[in-house]
Amino acid sequence: MGISVNIYLDSIPWHAVAGGLVIGIAVTLLLLFNGRIAGISGIIGGLYRMQRGDISWRMAFISGLVLSAVIWKLFFILPEIHIEASYTVLALAGLLVGYGTRLGSGCTSGHGVCGLSRLSPRSIAATLVFMFAGFATVYWVRHVLIAQSG
Amino acid sequence: MINFMALLSGLIFGLGIILSGMVNPEIVLAFLDITGNWDSSLIWVMASAVAVGLIAFALAKKRKQSYLGSSMNIPVATKIDQRLFLGSLVFGIGWGMAGICPGPALVLVGTGSHEAFIFLIAMLLGMGVYETMQARG
Repeated sequence: MGISVNIYLDSIPWHAVAGGLVIGIAVTLLLLFNGRIAGISGIIGGLYRMQRGDISWRMAFISGLVLSAVIWKLFFILPEIHIEASYTVLALAGLLVGYGTRLGSGCTSGHGVCGLSRLSPRSIAATLVFMFAGFATVYWVRHVLIAQSG
Repeated sequence: MINFMALLSGLIFGLGIILSGMVNPEIVLAFLDITGNWDSSLIWVMASAVAVGLIAFALAKKRKQSYLGSSMNIPVATKIDQRLFLGSLVFGIGWGMAGICPGPALVLVGTGSHEAFIFLIAMLLGMGVYETMQARG
């Protein structure tokens, strides 16, 4: 009994759980203090509307995200980061992510974390769609395209 | 104060992305690779973030104003339409190609990654294309 529970607990990626809780705290702060949804694509996208008084908090939030890596490096070593995609693939992927998140009104944070947290049927639908699109794309790239070319 | 809280929230959000491992596109792609060597990490990140988020939104629902006195900007749309479906589909395809979504893209740029910088510029262009098409109706 004790052993099986230990094996179960060992299989949980605790750093992922801890990271998720920290993300949840960030969402809570922006929501309760600023009355805003922490959806990254929406926060960036709002800058294009150039509305007076609606720019600085967005820039501040974005700066915080960019600075997080710098602050992390002051105290810890960054985890291993490996980007496999070529520059061409990165550019195409970026275009699709930028256009798609704006057309679909959200990304992993806005629909995936915030939308699910408020039990929004729209966000649940969006999350299912981008998850399955992601599954299908990776399946195609890794198990069809490479198998064919190899 | 609003700007300070936004900065703090962005900073904490980014630290969470790094701590969770989601800053590494390889781990995101391993989650999306369901027929390969599957890594469940992403689902644990989302589940624990949502666990905290459920409490936050339950509290927010009762409020007319934020703690700092600003209005509560919570989405009101309920329709599951073609835009939502198509947009999420396009986003998911791009996400699956590189393993990067908007949050980690910004954190990665902060690590000095040239790859992430190219992704970010393309992402901003993609958003610009959307805005231009919106403006033209």
